[in-house]
Amino acid sequence: MIHFVILNNRQGKVRLTKWYSTYSQKERSKVIRELTGIILSRGPKLCNFVEWRGLKVVYKRYAGLYFSMCIDQDDNELETLDIIHHYVEMLDRYFLNVCELDLIYNFHKVSLFVILAYYILDELLLAGELQESSRRTIARLVAAQDSLVETAREQASLLGDLVKQAM
Amino acid sequence: MALSGMRGLSVFISDIRNCQNKEQERLRVDKELGNVRTRFKNEKGLSPYEKKKYVWKMLYIYMLGYDVDFGHMEAVSLISAPKYPEKQVGYIVTACLLNENHDFLRLAINTVRNDIIGRNETFQCLALTMISSSARPLVRKKAALCLLRLYRKNPDVVNVDGWADRMAQLLDERDLGVLTSSMSLLVALVSNNHEAYWSCLPKCVKTLERLARNQDVPQEYTYYGIPSPWLQVKTMRALQYFPTIEDPNTRRSLFEVLQRILMGTDVVKNVNKNNASHAVLFEALALVMHLDAEKEMMSQCVALLGKFIAVREPNIRYLGLENMTRMLLVTDVQDIIKRHQAQIITSLKDPDISIRRRALDLLYGMCDVTNAKDIVEEILQYLSTAEFAMREELSLKAAILAEKFAPDLSWYVDVILQLIDKAGDFVSDDIWFRVVQFVTNNEDLQPYAAAKAREYLDKPAIHETMVKVSAYLIGEFGHLLARRPGCSLKELFSIIHEKLPTVSSSTIPILLSTYAKILMHAQPPEPELQNLIWAIFNKYESCIDAEIQQRAVEYFALSRKGAALMDILAEMPKFPERQSSLIKKAEDIEVDTAEQSAIKLRALQQTSNALVVTDQRPANGTPPVTQLSLVKVPSTSSNVDHHVADQGLSQENGTLTTVDPQPPPADLLGDLLGPLAIEGPPSADVQPQQNIVSGVEGVPNAVEATAIVPVGEQTNSVQPIGSIAERFQALCVKDSGVLYEDPYIQIGIKAEWRAHQGRLVLFLGNKNTNPLLSVQAIILPPSHLKLELSLVPETIPPRAQVQCPLEIVNLRPSRDVAVLDFSYKFGNDMVNCKLRLPAVLSKFLQPIPVSAEEFFPQWRSLSGPPLKLQEVVRGVKPMPLLDMANLFNSLRLMVSPGLDPNPNNLVASTTFYSESTRAMLCLARIETDPADRTQLRLTVASGDPTLTFELKEFIKEQLVSIPTASRAPAPAPPAPQPTSPPAAALTDDPGALLAGLL
Repeated sequence: MIHFVILNNRQGKVRLTKWYSTYSQKERSKVIRELTGIILSRGPKLCNFVEWRGLKVVYKRYAGLYFSMCIDQDDNELETLDIIHHYVEMLDRYFLNVCELDLIYNFHKVSLFVILAYYILDELLLAGELQESSRRTIARLVAAQDSLVETAREQASLLGDLVKQAM
Repeated sequence: MALSGMRGLSVFISDIRNCQNKEQERLRVDKELGNVRTRFKNEKGLSPYEKKKYVWKMLYIYMLGYDVDFGHMEAVSLISAPKYPEKQVGYIVTACLLNENHDFLRLAINTVRNDIIGRNETFQCLALTMISSSARPLVRKKAALCLLRLYRKNPDVVNVDGWADRMAQLLDERDLGVLTSSMSLLVALVSNNHEAYWSCLPKCVKTLERLARNQDVPQEYTYYGIPSPWLQVKTMRALQYFPTIEDPNTRRSLFEVLQRILMGTDVVKNVNKNNASHAVLFEALALVMHLDAEKEMMSQCVALLGKFIAVREPNIRYLGLENMTRMLLVTDVQDIIKRHQAQIITSLKDPDISIRRRALDLLYGMCDVTNAKDIVEEILQYLSTAEFAMREELSLKAAILAEKFAPDLSWYVDVILQLIDKAGDFVSDDIWFRVVQFVTNNEDLQPYAAAKAREYLDKPAIHETMVKVSAYLIGEFGHLLARRPGCSLKELFSIIHEKLPTVSSSTIPILLSTYAKILMHAQPPEPELQNLIWAIFNKYESCIDAEIQQRAVEYFALSRKGAALMDILAEMPKFPERQSSLIKKAEDIEVDTAEQSAIKLRALQQTSNALVVTDQRPANGTPPVTQLSLVKVPSTSSNVDHHVADQGLSQENGTLTTVDPQPPPADLLGDLLGPLAIEGPPSADVQPQQNIVSGVEGVPNAVEATAIVPVGEQTNSVQPIGSIAERFQALCVKDSGVLYEDPYIQIGIKAEWRAHQGRLVLFLGNKNTNPLLSVQAIILPPSHLKLELSLVPETIPPRAQVQCPLEIVNLRPSRDVAVLDFSYKFGNDMVNCKLRLPAVLSKFLQPIPVSAEEFFPQWRSLSGPPLKLQEVVRGVKPMPLLDMANLFNSLRLMVSPGLDPNPNNLVASTTFYSESTRAMLCLARIETDPADRTQLRLTVASGDPTLTFELKEFIKEQLVSIPTASRAPAPAPPAPQPTSPPAAALTDDPGALLAGLL
């Protein structure tokens, strides 16, 4: 199973984490520190697997962003690499180019990105396992969630308007 | 989008990103935290929108790496908000900020439950997403994975009985999303107990066929043109948990698919497509290896792997090396793998540490006497350039290989000295102690070792460990060099003494000993040398280090005693043979260095100074026939004899550290195990079982007392899952399954039987995220079995499975049973259990069909006792004749229908194998009474009186106590109907609740 997902940029700044196994807060920061250190120091033409504390970390760099997933030792490494790439492709649908995102200083987009990245990840993975591999299905689900948020917001503002008018 | 309108949040993020340095960022964050904190405190004015906004801010701050130790309450409270936006934020933030141990989560439990059982599908999804970390398919796949999560977390909470049918149904699913999730669930379930899920096997093969042929796979489920590689991988993973595939049709279709994958995967330009196709390919390789396919397919696999380890693409090369290491476990391919040695050595010099690790592992695994020299030399060469992270592992491995496979001992000494020379910092004391032991124990080696040590001392700067080992060797054996140039005692002394100023205080005592030895060897005494050395002793007499001081004073005093000196300082006696502490250490280290358990297994197999409790002859060479009476009435005298013999045995083989020195006398145990009276329920007997594991010198009383504890009784606080007796009974008629299970560990068994030999692999699986410690497995063999268990590692890492092969040789017929005394420690719980091993008499039977022409002459020629025995058995469990025939067939007694003219009778034939009897034909006849099914007449005949008796008793036992569990029809699934789960189940059992959603 996937124990956790970490997304960090080239400076080691964490953009997203998701934990499917139990780690305390302290352990989490330690894991992040250790792994980003190892992964950032690896050269470009090496393989995408790092053996780490009896587990395996499959990572891939996309321009400025590193996507890492930690799996069990005898899990299929390439399968996990496929999941990462699949995830990135899905993110790319929403942002012209996810990987450059960190470079351009578009803070609005970044915050948007983090939230959306979570939405998508939650539809892609559950309990550390792949939940859905169809990009179309995931897109549909994310859009549906989004529209729910939108509707609620519109309703609220409508209500607000009504209240204002009434006053 | 969700964030549009949250201006405050955007401003905050932009502020943070504009910060010039960490300090500024921290100030800004502190300010914001203060702001959020005040807002939360003043709850009256907080609208849901604001709450949501601040919670997002908290999450962002948390992502930046700051501790957010407040506001958890607000996040959790958002979960119970009625509106979707708040609820969603609540779920996301709670899932991120809090882990499952957090107290606040309790507050959310009720809401989450309400959301799951509520009508609102979206809320259901939110809640389900949260637990693990419906347009029905949507909910179903989430439910499947949540079940998986619950099951992993606490298998006892989820009641899996009767899931097999449900799982089989789920596998018929057309929606590939649901199928993917279901398959993950299946993998977890079969990994725990494949027995219940045989019905899923053909469906897995079907699914795989559907995918591999790309039939009925929607476009959206293909990934770079490959039908869901994930589902393919998972399906093949599930198949690997079934020990074998018996149905020939299913097997054939599976092999067709696998063949297609093996041959049809090409390397293409697109790296992502390559990754996907190779993910499938590597899983297929693993499955082929597992199924132990025909030789041809295996060599195809090796050829493929050989290709992979030579490619430039690092991922493929890494996986090639990794899988080749796994392949080492498969017999017969070793030689083919050796052909790739040069290529593997190239990978040892790869710039990528991950690849080097794999290469090192593979080299380590494939090393044997024939290639040890080459491999170790490569490792030594690499050692000088390797980075620090690998040096210790490298030097340890080189040392172990040198010790295990040394073609000659001088080479071993060379290697270790080189090792110390090149990587002294990483050579632990164990390694040089071991050299000293070897040299001391081998006289031929002593002059050579001393000369080598002398050579190294000539080097200008040597590592301190080298000083230690050379000084020790020169002190002990330097005098053997006396005639060589530059090797007079005086010269030896001065060259060693040169090093003294450079060493630390831990080495000085060794040097002092060396001086004393040199002084002793100088016969007749050389006054000049004597004065020099005395001066040194004098100097150190006042040393602040107590050890040095004491040695100096004592050596000084001793050296003035003249002849007595010779006796006291004479050469060290030989060391007792003992298990290499290196190998033990390697086992410990492997937990950290991400080793393959396969490699570990192999290492263990090969060192094989594992416990060998063999050949416990009946006391005083009692012939087997009389032993029968011994079994019935164990006399105390024979008991004592055994006791003594056991002790002698264990002292002889010298592995006292791991072997229980006093296994309870075999015959006494055998006596208890032989008859059927051991179905005792697990009771809270207060027998102190630790006695058996603890003292080396157990009190005889205690040994006797433990010997009469019936097997299956537990004194542990940890309760086994399922009945041990039933599991054993089931394993008596099958070759694989679970032997024992409790909340921490699962012991599975897979056995192969060939004539009088057997190979049984114990799979010790740690089910937890904490290691199991002090693992001990001791075999208490009955006298007729020769058992050899490879060393069981002391620690089982979290979630790891360790395989321990056990070789069994059947010496003569007996129905006694071997017992595995297994103990481990989890936290403070010491768990000990005694398990009967299913190496029962029937395992050494080979069914053989006989025709009437063969049967009757044989039957007649074996006339009367002791070769033919007859008995009327009463109290037989009533069963139809057909069932009885099935029972016989499952016990490997082949029923020949129609041979006996009376339709109420059964005739069976088989061959029994043991070392003493060789292959021996056995015939059996059952005459039943249709009027009274509880009695029958049993006649057994064979060419050996003991065999006849034992087989008759064995069959009798089976007829009288037929295990109900293994043969009863599968219980009807108790789980509620999928469509309308009763409300009661919904509220109580989370598993049932989720299963209801499936």
